[in-house]
Amino acid sequence: MNDTDRGFYNSRDIPVPETPMPDRNPKPWEKTEVIGKPLPRVDAYERVSGNAVYPSDIVLPNMLHGAILRSPYPHCLVQAIDTSAAEKMPGVRAIITVSSPEADLSWPYSPEVKTKLFDPHCRFEGEEIAAVATDTIYQAWDAIRSIKVKYTILPFVADEAKAFAADAPRVHTDGNKLKTENYSRGDIEKGFADADVVLKETYRSESELHTPSELHGCVAQWDGDRLSIWQSTQGVYSIQATVAEIMGLPLSKVRVIGHYMGGGFGSKLRADKFTIIAAVLARKTARPVKLFMTREETMLAAGNRPPASMRLKAGVKRDGILTALDFAVTGTGGAYPAGGTSLVDWLVRDLYSCPNVRTEMTDIYINAGPARPFRAPGHPQCSWALEQMLDALAERIGMDPVDLRLKNIPSFSQARPGNPPYTTTGLRECLIEGAKAFGWYEARKKTAEQKADNHLRRGVGMAAALWFAGGGGPPSTVIVKLFSDGSVSLNMGASDIGTGTKTVMAMVISEELGVKPEVIQIEYADTGTTQYATPSGGSKTVPTESPAVRAAAVHIKQQLLALAAEDLKTDATYLALSGDAVISRKDPSQKLKIKDIAGLKKRGLIVGVGYRGPNPDGKVVNPFAAQFCEVEVNTLTGEITVLRFLGAHDSGRVMNRLTFDCQVCGGITMGIGFGLTEERILDRDQTGKMVNRNWHDYKIPTAMDVPADIISLPIETNDKEANTTGAKGLGEPVTIPTAAAIANAVYNAVGVRITNTPINPLRLCNALTSRRKEG
Amino acid sequence: MSEEKDAKGCMGNRNECSKGVTRRQFLASLGIGAVAVASTGNLAGEKEAAAAVIKSGEALEISLRINGHAHRLLIEPRWSLLHVIRQELGLTGTKVSCERGECGACTVLINNIPRYACMTLAVEAEGMEITTIEGLLHGEKLGAVQQAFVENDALQCGYCTPGQIMAVEGLLRKTPNPSLDQIRDGVSGNLCRCGAYVNIFKAAKRAGELKRGGTS
Repeated sequence: MNDTDRGFYNSRDIPVPETPMPDRNPKPWEKTEVIGKPLPRVDAYERVSGNAVYPSDIVLPNMLHGAILRSPYPHCLVQAIDTSAAEKMPGVRAIITVSSPEADLSWPYSPEVKTKLFDPHCRFEGEEIAAVATDTIYQAWDAIRSIKVKYTILPFVADEAKAFAADAPRVHTDGNKLKTENYSRGDIEKGFADADVVLKETYRSESELHTPSELHGCVAQWDGDRLSIWQSTQGVYSIQATVAEIMGLPLSKVRVIGHYMGGGFGSKLRADKFTIIAAVLARKTARPVKLFMTREETMLAAGNRPPASMRLKAGVKRDGILTALDFAVTGTGGAYPAGGTSLVDWLVRDLYSCPNVRTEMTDIYINAGPARPFRAPGHPQCSWALEQMLDALAERIGMDPVDLRLKNIPSFSQARPGNPPYTTTGLRECLIEGAKAFGWYEARKKTAEQKADNHLRRGVGMAAALWFAGGGGPPSTVIVKLFSDGSVSLNMGASDIGTGTKTVMAMVISEELGVKPEVIQIEYADTGTTQYATPSGGSKTVPTESPAVRAAAVHIKQQLLALAAEDLKTDATYLALSGDAVISRKDPSQKLKIKDIAGLKKRGLIVGVGYRGPNPDGKVVNPFAAQFCEVEVNTLTGEITVLRFLGAHDSGRVMNRLTFDCQVCGGITMGIGFGLTEERILDRDQTGKMVNRNWHDYKIPTAMDVPADIISLPIETNDKEANTTGAKGLGEPVTIPTAAAIANAVYNAVGVRITNTPINPLRLCNALTSRRKEG
Repeated sequence: MSEEKDAKGCMGNRNECSKGVTRRQFLASLGIGAVAVASTGNLAGEKEAAAAVIKSGEALEISLRINGHAHRLLIEPRWSLLHVIRQELGLTGTKVSCERGECGACTVLINNIPRYACMTLAVEAEGMEITTIEGLLHGEKLGAVQQAFVENDALQCGYCTPGQIMAVEGLLRKTPNPSLDQIRDGVSGNLCRCGAYVNIFKAAKRAGELKRGGTS
């Protein structure tokens, strides 16, 4: 099974060229000169100097500015729309509304559920109703504010708990249930009968908003019948496919350019309605149109991590062996099918050895903005439940939480058909080495011995994780060019979403060809000029693209040695590349500088093509992790200070130590937000509207909220089977166990278990107060 | 602020250059003293002008001093400094992200103090020394803070980075050798969703060393 084909990263429905297996796969590197070193980003200069042009920085001659009118209600019908005032305003060049012919363009929320570009039946606050294009952005908002709309306000459901009530308003005509998925293995009842301890608990994780720094948006321009789109995106080919389908254009006529982009975290994997709207406005006005959402719009309508209401029952023997896990979750992707429960049961199914497992996932509709994949879909939610449960089980049987996990390490994937083994699993090493580096056992001893009368309590906690994907896989095609002066360019379709993809690829070429990363130029993320790539998501970009890049570099090397062999009148098999020259292994005095190779001078350049070969048959490539943290809790105010964190991560080979560590810190930082501060709040009873639609009210971690002491501990597993570079994904596992580790540390500090995210001062104070009352 | 500095521009010659209303009238029309923060004592001494209603689309000529260069511009009075810097002058290193003073992506220095350009009207910044991320470069060479950000990988997607750098630059101009707490405080108004804070702390420390001429 190819995990990345399951559609979570919008790679399933894209027309995919078959990529043949490379003729000869290079062997895994034994020793590396460049790979693994802490190399600063190859594009750092552009990013820190302000020179990097992000899509939101694009300014084209004669360009107009667009804005979108959105539904102010969670559920309503647009009865009439009056744009007469807007039409008379200065600078207004085009207006489209629910009444325009373009409104009928089909918009696919899923293969089954399609709606229109502007649907008069609005099912969530923020759904698109009209749009304008004007000379300046200020005029655009003047015009939007002047549009008068007559709405019929419909009853809404914004409370998941009430979605199945008999009198609940229906989001769609056939009811509020989207689907239920069931999974089971073994005999759950027998599993619980075998257990010495059985615990049951309910957990809840709130909806989290992506809020990447760069807003969601694009610039659209027509050149005859060719449409060019500059969009802040994780995947240019994904956007191309959707735009071509909706607009009825050949793929070749849709050029999508990504280049720099300011973060996505899963919310920028596919085309947005604004992409189509900008293209329509640009066609109507015969001028380029820039259309970016405001921050508030992104919070309403650019996706979220679905909330999860979870119930987990677990059985364990006194010796720490898990016997049964019974898990049920209800989630919602909002008003349309959007993966409201995607992968939320996966860690229960696959992280620990357990013969008897049952899961049930129910995805429902409510009148809220549709979800989008968010950094490790489903996993942080499941981790929040499972890892707190493991902590509670450990306490009940009097075992250390690390030791309990060590008792249940699987070597194969139990949840996949046929129980395929992992190519490598560093879960055990992550736990053992992580605990050692953190000083886990000493720290636990210390917190157990602290004085009871101090209102400042220390606690340490930990959690482990795996990520369902992260092995990457085909398709990917890249081209490497070697110029006659020995400099190199790489041409690849993948985006660098901030993880350092470009830097890693330059290092792969440098490793293989001996050229300095500085003389490597990278063309990327452009459907007009670069090769096919799936979106950068699923922690798969490095394991997908780096083997393809390596293959292309090897292809260059083969051709170069063949050309040099002609000049040196020898056999290419005796030759090797060494720095800027080709030398003979038999006679090192036989040496030819690359730029002096006659064949290269004649041709001008050599082209190397690399394909991503298949993943190993019958094996699973997954990254693993364990994180440890120490917190201080003020029991009077409920404030939590995260003092230190350690992330032990098996993501295969470390490609660049500098960007690797930066990912670990970043994932932990985001996990701190999920665990301690972030929560989408809907006014469930009165209006159904989101009440914290800005960064003032929706709190993401700031510099004041993260510990300066975050240690990244790579656990390199030397994976020779995963792919030819041995890299596994990193971007998602780094954020999976963080929140649960904090919750366990808080419990260790104050003896109160907070089962609802986020653990904010109010929630913690309430819990501490009710314990005092009970006690 | 001195009027002589931009004598050839609007400021020294208000009544002649304005096509719509004068800058003084505009400020009076807003009727809030707080706006005068951008122009200190001059206004207070002048007598009240008749309140004029400004309509959107009406242009006003102002002069802005950015990265050492004076720019004469026709702007709408409601335009933010951020809009003018990015859209009118094409200095897109200063980023737009929340436009309501929450994230700091648009941080610039105004008279050496980090300020949110989204929360500053362009007219407020007249006569001030404005520095953007582009203004930290010495020709093509990176400034000390920029260099330290590169070395310490104090970024991921890079979109909040110009604002972070300007916040650190402002901090170091006031506090050349900041403690960790002072650094945290200095960048506390700048959100980084990728979560590069730990490296930003290191970069700020390193930048202080570079600026003080040390290499350790």
